[in-house]
Amino acid sequence: MTPRIGVVTFPGSLDDRDALRAVELMGGRPVPIWHGDTDLGGADAVILPGGFAYGDYLRTGAIARFAPVMDAVRDHARRGGAVVGICNGFQILCEAGLLPGALARNRGLTFVCRWVHVRCERPGTALTAAAGAGDVTPVPVKHGEGRYVADRDTLARIEGDGGVVFRYCSPDGRTGETWNPNGSTNDIAGVCNEAGNVVGVMPHPEHAVDPDLGPTGGRPLFESLLASALARV
Amino acid sequence: MKQRFEVLVSLKEGLADPQGKAIEDALPSMGWTSVSEVRVGKHIELTVDADTEDGALRVANQVAERLLANPVIEDFRVISQAEIT
Repeated sequence: MTPRIGVVTFPGSLDDRDALRAVELMGGRPVPIWHGDTDLGGADAVILPGGFAYGDYLRTGAIARFAPVMDAVRDHARRGGAVVGICNGFQILCEAGLLPGALARNRGLTFVCRWVHVRCERPGTALTAAAGAGDVTPVPVKHGEGRYVADRDTLARIEGDGGVVFRYCSPDGRTGETWNPNGSTNDIAGVCNEAGNVVGVMPHPEHAVDPDLGPTGGRPLFESLLASALARV
Repeated sequence: MKQRFEVLVSLKEGLADPQGKAIEDALPSMGWTSVSEVRVGKHIELTVDADTEDGALRVANQVAERLLANPVIEDFRVISQAEIT
C-alpha cells in the first residue's frame, strides 16, 4: 500500500508544495490539507511545513496553533500517528504544546540560510525510523527563529529520555559552536515527544530529496516518515 | 463598561536576548557608557468590554496567558488603565 502523507497549508506557508512533491518523489501519496479543514483527509501521517504561518505575527506559530485543523492534528498525535513539523511547523508544534520547549530568535539576529549537517541522536522516531544513531546527513536550514530553548528541567528530561532527535554537527559528526547555525541549546536541531511519533526539525528535508537539485540528505528522513505512516496503513 | 489594558511581555530572565544585546552593544559608540542589561520585550494594548472591572481584568489576563505570551520563554504583566467612557 502507498502511505498517504498530509501536508497542511496555513496562510503564509511556503514549503507546502515542496513537501507534497517530496512525498510524491519518495513514493508516498501526497494529501493537501487546508488549515480550515477539520480532518486530515484520510492521511496516515501529517507534515506541518515551513513558512511564515499568519505572518509570524506575535510569535512564530502563536496563531497557527489555534487553526481549526490543529484539533485533528492533536487527535492524530494522541492516537500515535506520525506528526512532523518542519521549521515553522516545528515552531507551531512547540506553541501547541505537542513538543517541549520553544524556538527563539537566532543568536546572531540574522536570518540563516545555508546547508548544515545533522546527526541522528534517536533512531526509531517518525523521522528516524530508517536511521541509526550517529548517522550524519546534509540538509539546508533557512530561519530567523531557530534557537531551541527550554527550561532546565525540560532540557534534562529530553536529554535523558531520548527527546533529542537531531543535533547540528560537522560533516563527520562532531558537534561544536562552528556547526551550530543559530545558537541552539545543546546544538539541538530536532526534538520529539516521548513516544517519538511527533517530531519537529528546523532543517528542511523536503528541499533535499531531488538529486537534480543538490544533496539528498532529506531522503532518509522521508523514508522514515513513509515507513512510520505505512506501519499504520 | 470598557476598560483599557496594557500587556507587557518580556523574555524570561536568563534567556539570551540577542536584540537587547545588539542595542546594548550600540550604546557605547553613541556616547552612553553607563547603560547595561538592555532587554527587549513587547507592549500590547487592548480594550475589554465587561460588566465589572474584575471581569475585564480576568479576560485580559486570560488573553495574555493563552495567546500574548508563551509561558515557556516569556513572562507577562497586565496593567489596567483608566476606564474608557
